[in-house]
Amino acid sequence: MSERAAPLVVGAGPAGMRAAQALVEAGLRPLVVDEAQASGGQIYRQPPQGDDRSADALYGSEAAKAVRLHRGFAALADRLDYWPRALLWNLRDGVADIAVGGGNRRVAYDGLILATGATDRVLPVPGWTLPGVFTLGGTQIALKAQGCAIGRRVVFIGCGPLLYLVAWQYLKAGVAVAAVLDTAPLARKLHLLRGMPLAPAIVLRGLRMAAELQLRGTAIHHGVTDIRIEGRTRVERIVWRQRGRDKSLACDGIGYGLGLRPETQLADLAGCAFRFDRRDRAWLPERDVSGRSSVPGIYLAGDGARIAGADAAERAGERAALALLEDRGLPYAASRVAALERDLARSDRVRDVLDAAFPYPAHWSRQIADDTLLCRCEEVSAGEARRAIAEFSLTELNRLKAISRIGMGRCQGRVCGAAAAELLARETAQDIAAVGRLRTQAPVKPIPFTLTTSNEPHEPRHAPAH
Amino acid sequence: MRRRIDCDVAIVGGGLVGSSAALALRGMGLTVTLLDKGFCGAQASGVNYGGVRRQGRPPEQLPLSQRAHAIWPRLKALIGHDGEFLRSGHLKLARSEADMASLEAYAIRVVGFGLGLELIGHNEARQRFGLAGDIVGASFCPGDGQANPRLVASAFAAAARRAGAEVLETAPVTGIVRRGEGFVLEAQGGIELTARSVVNSAGAWADQFAQAFGEPVPLMRTYPSMVVTEPLDPFLAVNIGMEGGGIYARQVARGNCVVGGERGLPLPDPDFSRPRGEGALAIMQRAAGLFDGLRHAHAIRFWSGTEATMPDGNPVIGPSSTTPGLVHAFGFSGAGFQIAPGVGEVLAELVRDGRTTTPIDAFSINRFNPVSSAAGDSR
Amino acid sequence: MPLLHRIARTDHAPVAFTLDGVACEGRTGDTLLTAILCHADKLRDSEFLAAPRAGFCLMGACQDCWVMLASGARVRACATELSSGMDVVTRCGERS
Repeated sequence: MSERAAPLVVGAGPAGMRAAQALVEAGLRPLVVDEAQASGGQIYRQPPQGDDRSADALYGSEAAKAVRLHRGFAALADRLDYWPRALLWNLRDGVADIAVGGGNRRVAYDGLILATGATDRVLPVPGWTLPGVFTLGGTQIALKAQGCAIGRRVVFIGCGPLLYLVAWQYLKAGVAVAAVLDTAPLARKLHLLRGMPLAPAIVLRGLRMAAELQLRGTAIHHGVTDIRIEGRTRVERIVWRQRGRDKSLACDGIGYGLGLRPETQLADLAGCAFRFDRRDRAWLPERDVSGRSSVPGIYLAGDGARIAGADAAERAGERAALALLEDRGLPYAASRVAALERDLARSDRVRDVLDAAFPYPAHWSRQIADDTLLCRCEEVSAGEARRAIAEFSLTELNRLKAISRIGMGRCQGRVCGAAAAELLARETAQDIAAVGRLRTQAPVKPIPFTLTTSNEPHEPRHAPAH
Repeated sequence: MRRRIDCDVAIVGGGLVGSSAALALRGMGLTVTLLDKGFCGAQASGVNYGGVRRQGRPPEQLPLSQRAHAIWPRLKALIGHDGEFLRSGHLKLARSEADMASLEAYAIRVVGFGLGLELIGHNEARQRFGLAGDIVGASFCPGDGQANPRLVASAFAAAARRAGAEVLETAPVTGIVRRGEGFVLEAQGGIELTARSVVNSAGAWADQFAQAFGEPVPLMRTYPSMVVTEPLDPFLAVNIGMEGGGIYARQVARGNCVVGGERGLPLPDPDFSRPRGEGALAIMQRAAGLFDGLRHAHAIRFWSGTEATMPDGNPVIGPSSTTPGLVHAFGFSGAGFQIAPGVGEVLAELVRDGRTTTPIDAFSINRFNPVSSAAGDSR
Repeated sequence: MPLLHRIARTDHAPVAFTLDGVACEGRTGDTLLTAILCHADKLRDSEFLAAPRAGFCLMGACQDCWVMLASGARVRACATELSSGMDVVTRCGERS
């Protein structure tokens, strides 16, 4: 066993933390790498030291889970290697390139668990690049991790449970939430009734949040369309259409998101097979119920493989670790497998309900105005994309990238990829799956030219968990 | 779903060579079908470094290179797109006295071709071009430059399409046979073509077609390794190369800096490749040492691609040695970008007239199979 | 007017930094993004349209929040801790 390289866990959110725990408990010493300075991922992101808000204030109903996870991970400290502030930017043939401490470390691994999490999914709307417009995730991070509000009079726009959660968190923090603009028609919320037998706590919590918001003066509008964000050098106003009427509201901060999208770049670099998922309307790495990908020795867990929420991420992380142990010929808690897979199946059914109650407005791609920016990094407009498609007879997404520069910038298509695919599909009358997906190229995030190759052992500063 | 097409010329391979040939042939009034196994311009034509240079080519390539040199400034008129062509000049650096001697010898060898080379010493290289690092000297070719490879090849294919060429993408050719005085080609998707002439411009896949006509060639696949930065303030006005290889760098108008060198590695599917991580880092470190402007830069993307390389570094251009009506143009060995528009014109002349005004004997496929070039050998 | 408004850590130890030549204070634990946007309403001007940008995702994914330091170094403001003496420039040179 000592001849084999250590397993590598990418991501220290709920999936990564539980995976690491299961591996350590089985006697392995995994390396856990994460870009953030502390564990927790997004939902359990830890504020900086000295922030004196309680766990309840930070995590609300999830406080007990957050505390349990952070304590559990901290307790593993001397039985695993944990590199925070580490960017795994490339991998091939069992070796990962990890930028950490100003240098590059080449790390051989045997068993790889990708728990890379997710980011917000957005579609371009006029004015979306204005200062003061942040994603729902970003809006939440400003509050939770930095103790700041993104404005004094905030409007939240989009779809999904996160929309209501963040709005409510701002309300609780004493910030004026002028409105919640939900893209879905109100009638869709009736689907939540199907969620009652499956996950009553989640449904009731959501309904309570919406009720509290309304009681405290936040207007909740359903079925909004034709969003325009206006302002000269920063957000000043939000304009929209609702039931055939134009409406507007003054505001100085906007939280915007249309659900989440998994970070699948490393799975792509690792050679995992992908398939188009109709529910998530995205290309996702193939994985079975155990978390095994199409590549032996590579496992996928949490929102980085498919959006399923934090609780499912914990289960999936543990389940993937058990699969790794089994494949390595090590003893593993087989009794846990059935329980974990049952929980995961239930989470999946809950997700079906949430998806029906909070549908993603993919049809907005019909309306992206020519002068709206599609690619923020390269500043390419929807009109330029349409002209490129016509002039070069483009039908495939990587070709659109090559010709129009969409997706060629620093973010490598994280923000614009979904929208680019929708626009291309629409312009060429193709099914969304037929236009393909952006091929990942290393480095998965920008790396400095002066990254030196280091052969010295890396001893990260240990930051105590809260 | 059978589709039958008859045309004068079938061009196998829609990279820059095939696409520019298609456009030139349409200009002569011939009917053309251009086929590509994927999307036109997506292979070597689209992933190369983007240097548009004559300097450094072996003398036998220079007539062809000069012919292409006249085309680049006319791209807008020719294909409706300037391809972001910039006459920035090409500066080839010498790291040692031996390298400098090599540059001086080259300048003498090619003096008759009108490249206008200027040999420069260490101080001038520093002052004039802002170079740091240990440079003994350089050779400057003011008329050379750079362009955007992703755009140029695709723009030629789009122009060929507008000019009336039938452009068939995602249509890999599965067989070509001689029939009577012409050829029959089959391509995926139930396509059957009859053509009087065939151009084999299939890049890294051209050897299989040459082989099919009894002309095997020692084609090797090579994989370049490129790094690109985020947009940077302008610091590099010239296209930089290095004697003896090692590194090349250029900055585009939008500010991104493209740096190449090293080799990539193929993936399990050898049609795809990636730069080596360590190789890319080595190039980045070397580049940051040469240019102050890169000290704070970040690499935002690496890429590679599949190039076809011949052992002597020269392409194969010219009529088949076994089969009348078949013309080859492949194996550009990582140096096809600048000359490709010229090659397109030459191929059009070869197809229509059976000969060309530009000397291409050095690129004959015969040099790999001297026996089969015996006169009278026909299929 | 600043984009971000502090709700927590308001009494924490101040951290001095310079923003476009003006002396400012952040708080221990701030990211550079937080420190800047508690004073200003942008992080940079975009490269091609010179449009103001102030970040978007705050989780190191969107790459919108790059800022330049006076040394010429570029950092992602949302993923960089504020440290004492940082000298930030929020205007980039214009490029065509």
